Amino acid sequence: MKDIEIADIKKIAEVVKTSYNYDFTNYAMSSFKRRIQRIMDIHKFPNVDALVKRIREDKPFFEEFIVEITVNVTEMFRDPSFWRVLRDEIIPAIMLNHEKIRIWHAGCSSGEEVFSMAIMLKEMGLLQKASIIATDLDKEILKKAKSGRYTLKNMELNEKNYIRFQGKTSLKDYHTEQGNMAVLDPNLVMNVSFREHDLVRGDVFNKFDLVLCRNVMIYFNQTLQNEVLKKFHESLFKYGYLVIGSKESLIWCDIANKFIVVNNEEKVYKKFKD
Amino acid sequence: MNRYNLSNKYKAIVIGGSAGSFQGITRILAQLPKDFPLPIIMCLHRLKHVRNGFVEALSIKSVTSVTEPYDKEQIKKDHVYLAPSNYHMSIELGNYFCLSTEEMINNSRPAIDITLSSTAYAYRDKTIGILLSGANKDGALGMKHIKDKGGLTIVQEPSECMIDTMPNAALAVTKIDYVLKIDEIVSFLNELNSHYK
Repeated sequence: MKDIEIADIKKIAEVVKTSYNYDFTNYAMSSFKRRIQRIMDIHKFPNVDALVKRIREDKPFFEEFIVEITVNVTEMFRDPSFWRVLRDEIIPAIMLNHEKIRIWHAGCSSGEEVFSMAIMLKEMGLLQKASIIATDLDKEILKKAKSGRYTLKNMELNEKNYIRFQGKTSLKDYHTEQGNMAVLDPNLVMNVSFREHDLVRGDVFNKFDLVLCRNVMIYFNQTLQNEVLKKFHESLFKYGYLVIGSKESLIWCDIANKFIVVNNEEKVYKKFKD
Repeated sequence: MNRYNLSNKYKAIVIGGSAGSFQGITRILAQLPKDFPLPIIMCLHRLKHVRNGFVEALSIKSVTSVTEPYDKEQIKKDHVYLAPSNYHMSIELGNYFCLSTEEMINNSRPAIDITLSSTAYAYRDKTIGILLSGANKDGALGMKHIKDKGGLTIVQEPSECMIDTMPNAALAVTKIDYVLKIDEIVSFLNELNSHYK
């Protein structure tokens, strides 16, 4: 098997940009390369040029390409200790000064985190006070997020996380079973607005008290991480909170000094300078 | 004392291990020469929901403290790194870490194949790969990639392993330069160290 070279990656990013105006130029190389390899394997492309040609000529294929190129592996209540901090410290701190709480899930993928948030807020009696926007660049995955259908196998892990989060009941109280799928209660996300939005090209569209973007920017290189962080900064009210993944860091970003660390272990930051 | 045919061309050591590798790793880290001239990058299978404790357990006896890198953290010599739980850990050109939450590989995240293969891609023939005891075949393909790039490959002597599936899987798919016991891996690292002084 021949390695996919940087020149190949550039060719693919180029055709995607010129034909469809998505910009993958500043995606992190190692994972992007693996995603390309995965697509080549699934569709049995003999070489990168064949893939490039197919992307250019076949729009429905490109939609599939977008689904495969983005990483959509996530869990409900991933990092339960983070969710405890959110419930016991961050949300109460926000509600101290606010009637409502405005939340943005940036890169919401298949929606596990959105449902986790809704369940947590419901258990806190705050779901009606929350206005939640969940965005992703992938149309197909947004449909999945809205539907809240997850395999029962994944629900086992989700339930384990929920138990560690020390939720009030059981996740079983929030879903019904259909065959091998769990269908989450649609009322949970009744007021959530799911929207197509690409962090790379998208504009700042609103202001929030809390922005969650966990394990999304790891797929970007540092140039892009910098740009996206600027957008988050602009999207937050002063003293609003930003949460990133447990192994991500802001310290090398240009505007890191406009945030303070609220919880280093769970990577919760607070905007304290405009 | 030159038992191995070494030089100072190497830039990184990458170690994979799973079931039964903890003791071996601990012994290696406890006897690592001071100011070791290369980074040691470890990917060990671990419980995905236990984020804390492992690094501390490995650090207790280690000469150099063990850290879990952040995404995009630069790799430094004389540092020992461990892949964090529930993330894959890759090395990028430019010698920094890149983490990801992609699908499990060989039923594992972190997957040893990903760390080994990406190290081979970034450090080419300047990579030394070491694969220890383990119960599945994760890491075998990564060892092949290291060999294909001209790097040096070592597996733990299968008879010494608690579970020998992992080193045997590597032996089956690629040329392994040295099959060594943990004590011999320690002396290998000492001899390697002497080439940089």
